[in-house]
Amino acid sequence: MRHLIDILDLSPAEIDQLIATANDIIDHPADYAEKCHGKKLATLFFEPSTRTRLSFETAMYELGGHVIGFSDAANSSTSKGETVGDTIQVVSCYADIIAMRHPKEGAPMVASQVSGVPIINAGDGGHNHPTQTLTDLLTITREKGHIDGLTIGFCGDLKFGRTVHSLITALSRYKDIKIVLISPEELRLPEYVKHEVLEHNNMTYVETQDLDSAMQNLDVLYMTRVQKERFFNEADYLRLKDSYILTVDRMEKAPATMSVLHPLPRVNEIEKALDSDPRACYFRQALCGKYIRMALIMKLLEVK
Amino acid sequence: MVIDSIRDGIVIDHIKTGLGLEIYRLLKLGKLDCQVAIIQHATSQKGSKKDVIKIDSPIEIDLDVLGYLDPGCTVNVIRDSKVAEKYHPAIPETLTGVISCKNPRCITSAESDLPHVFRLTDKDAQVYRCIYCETMAKKIKI
Repeated sequence: MRHLIDILDLSPAEIDQLIATANDIIDHPADYAEKCHGKKLATLFFEPSTRTRLSFETAMYELGGHVIGFSDAANSSTSKGETVGDTIQVVSCYADIIAMRHPKEGAPMVASQVSGVPIINAGDGGHNHPTQTLTDLLTITREKGHIDGLTIGFCGDLKFGRTVHSLITALSRYKDIKIVLISPEELRLPEYVKHEVLEHNNMTYVETQDLDSAMQNLDVLYMTRVQKERFFNEADYLRLKDSYILTVDRMEKAPATMSVLHPLPRVNEIEKALDSDPRACYFRQALCGKYIRMALIMKLLEVK
Repeated sequence: MVIDSIRDGIVIDHIKTGLGLEIYRLLKLGKLDCQVAIIQHATSQKGSKKDVIKIDSPIEIDLDVLGYLDPGCTVNVIRDSKVAEKYHPAIPETLTGVISCKNPRCITSAESDLPHVFRLTDKDAQVYRCIYCETMAKKIKI
């Protein structure tokens, strides 16, 4: 039995296979409509997350399976003081696979230690969000045709942004990737990520505060939201939230082939008028999230 | 200063000076009912400074704690006033129940029954990270 707690739980070959399966689902959805017939997915969301939960649930429905679960810890026995381990042991009596989100970092790992069914980490605090990373990798593959050799810029909150840390970690296993880190001083990528991921893997990277200049050499620009919930201090949040906004004017000077990704939800860091620009991939990216989760559910359920 | 030699017990020798008290704390030696002596800033045979701990009882020593704090120390098991065995603690791959995760967002902060487990992630720099949230353990300052 396999779990997905961290993106590194999957080998590069397994990620390639998931991407290939997701692409096949996109091309032949009818072939997959009954793959999980009779199977049940439990979505245990101890903190709210509409889009990730709906993506998982839609993925299971489109595989012909069923969904149980809760979307708020207030509706679970957690509010009565039940531990994560006990909740998981009970739910694994009813479901064939569990996707869980929890505000505490490491909760999915605790779940995986006691679960009788596969656990998928659907986000644990500011720590890991491996299915978002799979979504990003599928999107980049579909938009650019490949991942090796790309120059990928990350813009915004690189300090607290778990999607950024996970994607950089995943990219460290591809060839000739160049990373451009674009952020204000206060939200720079943490030193330990630079040391243990970028430098440890001999990846080429630069840091800059100048979005306009950095964009000129990018194949992919990964925008992030400055997340209010990651700040202890509201004054810091208000001061930094508008630091890097992608506007139509800015995009006019960007390369014609540069793809713009965003894990969503956005606040105001990408101007709405940009949505019709063919380089804006973020809604196609959200759709990719459903397909890669379908591929992942099949893999962990060992459905052929 | 004279501290009697022991007949049956443990001598933890060649402790990096300043770490003796931390080893005493993490090995919970204060809970023993035998005599325990901590000698700080002792002079070694090579003339350098070291700490030494003498325990007047043949207890089991958690070598993981010593390997984590000071892999350069030695553990001498004394029987009939002679060194019967000598150990050099290795740097442990995992530490369970030795140090605590200080990350308020870690699941261990919410569920007190969970064991605090750290894994060695960088042997050269001796970096340990919480297995749940990957927060780095703070280095012991001498």
